[in-house]
Amino acid sequence: MSNEPPVRVQDKLFYNRYRVDTGRAHIKVRPHGTPSPQLLSLLKACPARCYELNDQGQVEVTIDGCMECGTCRIICEENGDIEWSYPRGGYGVLFKFG
Amino acid sequence: MIDEKFDAIVVGAGMAGNAAALTMAKNGMKVLQLERGEYSGSKNVQGAILYADMLEKLIPDFREDAPLERNLVEQRFWMMDDHSHTGLHYRSDDFNEERPNRYTIIRAQFDKWFSQKVREAGATVLCETTVTELVRDTSGGVVGVRTDRRDGEIHADVVVLAEGVNGLLGARAGLRERPNPAHVALAVKEMHFLPRETIEARFNLKGDEGAVIEAAGTITRGMTGMAFVYTNKECISLGIGCLIADFESAAETPYGLLERFKRHTSVAPLIEGSEVKEYSAHLIPEGGYKAIPQLYGKGWVVVGDAAQFNNAIHREGSNLAMTSGRIAAEAILKLRSQKRPMTAENLALYRRMLNESFVMKDLKKYKDMPALMHTQSQNFFLTYPQLFSKAMQGFLRIDGTPKVEKEKLALKSFVTARSRRGLFSDAFRFVRAWR
Repeated sequence: MSNEPPVRVQDKLFYNRYRVDTGRAHIKVRPHGTPSPQLLSLLKACPARCYELNDQGQVEVTIDGCMECGTCRIICEENGDIEWSYPRGGYGVLFKFG
Repeated sequence: MIDEKFDAIVVGAGMAGNAAALTMAKNGMKVLQLERGEYSGSKNVQGAILYADMLEKLIPDFREDAPLERNLVEQRFWMMDDHSHTGLHYRSDDFNEERPNRYTIIRAQFDKWFSQKVREAGATVLCETTVTELVRDTSGGVVGVRTDRRDGEIHADVVVLAEGVNGLLGARAGLRERPNPAHVALAVKEMHFLPRETIEARFNLKGDEGAVIEAAGTITRGMTGMAFVYTNKECISLGIGCLIADFESAAETPYGLLERFKRHTSVAPLIEGSEVKEYSAHLIPEGGYKAIPQLYGKGWVVVGDAAQFNNAIHREGSNLAMTSGRIAAEAILKLRSQKRPMTAENLALYRRMLNESFVMKDLKKYKDMPALMHTQSQNFFLTYPQLFSKAMQGFLRIDGTPKVEKEKLALKSFVTARSRRGLFSDAFRFVRAWR
């Protein structure tokens, strides 16, 4: 991380089109005390930086900028850390160019 | 709609789904295609290079109205370290032919066009509809789907799963496993807009000619991955991807890698002054032949990325998707013409036909490559690029050192880094995996 250039992911997501399905998150993090190493790896691996640590050191997800790539599903669905579904039809990211 | 029964349901409207739906519909089958995006293409991401041959087999005159970007006349391969690249470039005027072989495309636009062809062929295309579940009969055979839009079930003789690399349906139904982190890459991409004459000047292009760069090296910090720069008419697609297994354990972020690649001294001048209009992310199947799941069963087949059909070495995916979708459709059509039911035994025809195509033959050829690249990633993506750069610089920098000494130094740096035995073993394993 030493020579990591500063990147603001929020600025990148601002270019994108989304139709957010308010109140229906398509990804849920299982309530936990201490996060597993896999769950912690999502803080860096998620390309939209949807995963953040809260004050208690637990991992939380905010799906508004999610690009539905499935990286977190590949890492964390098997051990039950997260539940992953598609957004309802027509909702979520809408790529203009893809 | 609910009580209606279709000959086939296609889940997904990417390259594979469109190829399958088009082939079945134009041969008279009653086809329903379901897509969760607002329009076909709105969830799809690719570099993207289109291979004409595979599309010609579906739509021979596609050049008349398909939204194509640039006809590729030049391919560059770059091995990069932090301050340099060693390149292999191939450019030929032969590619300026009557029916060019490769084009860049922008997927959202291309997929809309492709979807229109599917509709014109007679298929019913329903967007904004997420398929939530497969409907099974008592023996486990697939007989239809449930969606989030309609109550009840939609039935069909056969369901074509073209649900993409992150397809949930097949995995949830136990038809195949969820891809493992060593078998899929995460790629992130940006669209950089520039005036077309600027792109043409920077890449030495005329008119609709195009150039693409595929790059590997220290840009992925020792992780298994690649980067690319593709020219479109008025924008440049630029991205980088690595195996998820590597992201899981590395200190790197995908956007950090992308940013560093953009700032590399070989790349920055190409995109200078551009306006970014989209940031996207998508998975790429990288497991190759050994990661291919069960491809058929009673009432279903799986095609495209969902079946891991991607040739990571040659960066080919969409053509394997299109071809597998077409071949699945042809197998289904053949069974129908012989009035044979869509049982697992009969649908094995799809696998047999695929085995005879370039799809399986190419994937089989490189069956050991994904594992080699993953286990040796530090060497192939960090050590060797650094050594090559050093050797090239030694070769080119004129400083009075006699050439014999320079060669000795270069050789010594390779031996020090990897040992004679290591070098021999890397070369041996690489050649064996390539053959």
